Amino acid sequence: MDLSYSAEYEAFRGEVVKFLAANWPLQGKEAELASDQKAALFRGRAIAAGYLARSVPVKYGGSEQAPDVLKGQIIREEFFRARAPGDLAGIGPSMLVPTLLEKGVEWQKEKFIGPTIRGEIVWCQGYSEPGSGSDLASLQTRAELVGDDWVINGQKIWTSGAHVADYMFCLCRTERDAPKHAGISYLLLEMKQPGIEVRPLRQMTGAADFNEVFFSDARTPRDWIVGKRGEGWIVSRTTLKHERNMIGDAANTVMMFEGLVALAKRALRDGRPAIDDPGIRQRLAQLEGYVRSHQYSGYRQLTKAAKAQDPGRIGLMNKLVSTNLGQEMAKLALDLVGDDGLLEPGERRLGAPRENGQWIGQFMWSLGSAVAGGTANIQRNVIGERGLGLPRDAAAQRS
Amino acid sequence: MNFDLLEEQELLQETVRQFAANECPPARVRAIFDGEDGHDTELWQGLLELGVGAIAVPDEFGGAGLELLDLALAAEVLGSGAVPGPFLGHSLAGLAILLAGSDAQKKTWLPRLASGETLATVAFAEGDGRWQPDEWTVSGGATLSGVKAHVPFGSHADLFVVGTRGGGLALCERGARGLVVENLAGIDRTRRIAALRLADTPCEALPGGPAAAARVRDAALVLLAADAFGGAAKLLDMSVEYAKTRQQFGVTIGSFQGLKHQLAAMAVEVEPARGLFWYAAYAFDHVPAEAERSAALAKAHLTQVYMQIARDAVEAHGGIGFTWECDVQVYFKRAMFDRAFLGTPAAHRERAAALAGW
Repeated sequence: MDLSYSAEYEAFRGEVVKFLAANWPLQGKEAELASDQKAALFRGRAIAAGYLARSVPVKYGGSEQAPDVLKGQIIREEFFRARAPGDLAGIGPSMLVPTLLEKGVEWQKEKFIGPTIRGEIVWCQGYSEPGSGSDLASLQTRAELVGDDWVINGQKIWTSGAHVADYMFCLCRTERDAPKHAGISYLLLEMKQPGIEVRPLRQMTGAADFNEVFFSDARTPRDWIVGKRGEGWIVSRTTLKHERNMIGDAANTVMMFEGLVALAKRALRDGRPAIDDPGIRQRLAQLEGYVRSHQYSGYRQLTKAAKAQDPGRIGLMNKLVSTNLGQEMAKLALDLVGDDGLLEPGERRLGAPRENGQWIGQFMWSLGSAVAGGTANIQRNVIGERGLGLPRDAAAQRS
Repeated sequence: MNFDLLEEQELLQETVRQFAANECPPARVRAIFDGEDGHDTELWQGLLELGVGAIAVPDEFGGAGLELLDLALAAEVLGSGAVPGPFLGHSLAGLAILLAGSDAQKKTWLPRLASGETLATVAFAEGDGRWQPDEWTVSGGATLSGVKAHVPFGSHADLFVVGTRGGGLALCERGARGLVVENLAGIDRTRRIAALRLADTPCEALPGGPAAAARVRDAALVLLAADAFGGAAKLLDMSVEYAKTRQQFGVTIGSFQGLKHQLAAMAVEVEPARGLFWYAAYAFDHVPAEAERSAALAKAHLTQVYMQIARDAVEAHGGIGFTWECDVQVYFKRAMFDRAFLGTPAAHRERAAALAGW
């Protein structure tokens, strides 16, 4: 154990800090640009400096740096500290780009990767269907080759950002007679076309971040396929592997916990700060045990990744750990905001801090996080079967 | 940035693990657990020969000169094997003498503790949840008077490090005038306990006592947390193994989602938590400002996890899990020890809250 960084890495950190001091926030005329323009401008400079898009080759618009987990971590830490835009989050950069890099053909990489990591084009993911959630491979949306186009019919659901996306990467059934997993292809398609209808799904929070997407003879060119026909399931697993390989990063969890402590100091109980209440102190300290566990577990996974060692089954647990924690923190927060829990997330009682509303949003949103991208129960299946080596459920085994 | 063990540390764990597997298989644990005396001197001598009794004691006093993390890693392995013996009290007594003793006291006692010539322990508890240095009431000075409870292997120890009023530490020896040791029927039969009655008992103060007592307490919390992690991880393995072996309805019960999810939930409690005791141990030697609080959080969290995992493990083993014969109960009782010894999770959470300035 040595939690300090070596001189080489501290020197690197110094360079990053210097770069940030010179480049963020933007100065002069540039400071007046719209916030997304500012972010795009800054990201371009950060890529040129070698700090963002490190795993993407230069010819596709990345900075093509040698893999170095610790440098990546230092960059994230310092960018986070400076509140500077980091690598674009979102489904395109985090899931499609690594998949294209591994499985795409040359023209696909050239056409899509650069604009995606720069945020010029936005993607959505067409996976779940009304009848195919946890059992994704049972999906029914069909694509048939007619002339030089795939013609797509069917429906996707829970499609985050479909209402703003330019493109979708989509799993469709293309091989009518093939077994379940072998009949699926991974297609790319344009969202803005007559055969596609996007209907927003309003969430319990009142917001509408995701959608239903209906395909009626939607079309996409024959070569907008990643991998071969019938290999879509395998291609999609590549993407998931990238998702799961993401190191459990507890920065958000730690920040949320700090916000919770601040809330407990500010909120009143019987006219005194809630944090004086012995029960609240217990709950906070108990949560902190989990928060620190998650944080140190992230450090350990980072160390293992830097040494190119397998962190083991812990990698399967990060999602469940962080969504469990998000829910527990939100529950305590709801107790702390007290009767402001009568208000909608956006509403603000006169004189109440704005954060109270955010916690009420979090109280609901933390449930969405626990479902999105594989429900908690599916996570427990994965941990049980792949992490602990327990036998698969007999019913799942048959299908 | 390296949040991981060194190769030497992994080797240390492997050495202790091998020793425990060879010399202290479940049958021997059980013999000691069910035995009258509770102290297997041959097993203890074997551990001392490995150096486990003096890992964090400098070489000049016969120890290995390592850090608390190394000692905690040994504690984890002993916890994993439910290895019976006076490791905890003996290690803490050595640390107390090292941190608070005069040169002469160190020279006299530490080599004897390292070799096992002297078996030492600590006497901190005074009942009703009073474990902390600022709660001690036994009068110090030239003699000791008062009562101490829950002294690990008190009936076997030759030397006692006794916590005294004002957070002091004093040494007294078995057979000293006015010292009466009373065996207690402890819940954890792998770590026997006794009470001490002290009536004007001659003692020798450790001059650095008040400054060092809190450090010894912090080290103790880390060792308990490490033992708890080792035990909890072992119970998880045992429960998973049972679920892979036991058959009902013609299939192994681990294929049933109800049990699978219970086991996955146990894994999610245990697996991420090891860093808590690693970090607390690391902080003890390298981040003084965080040492006290991280030890309190680690002890509170890991011993509570251990206790819950022990309850879950009984359930996962079904009827057999509730029997005296099943080894789960040995761990269950070690979990009860780790949880209560030196103060409950709630007590340490309140300390952690206060230490954060909440």
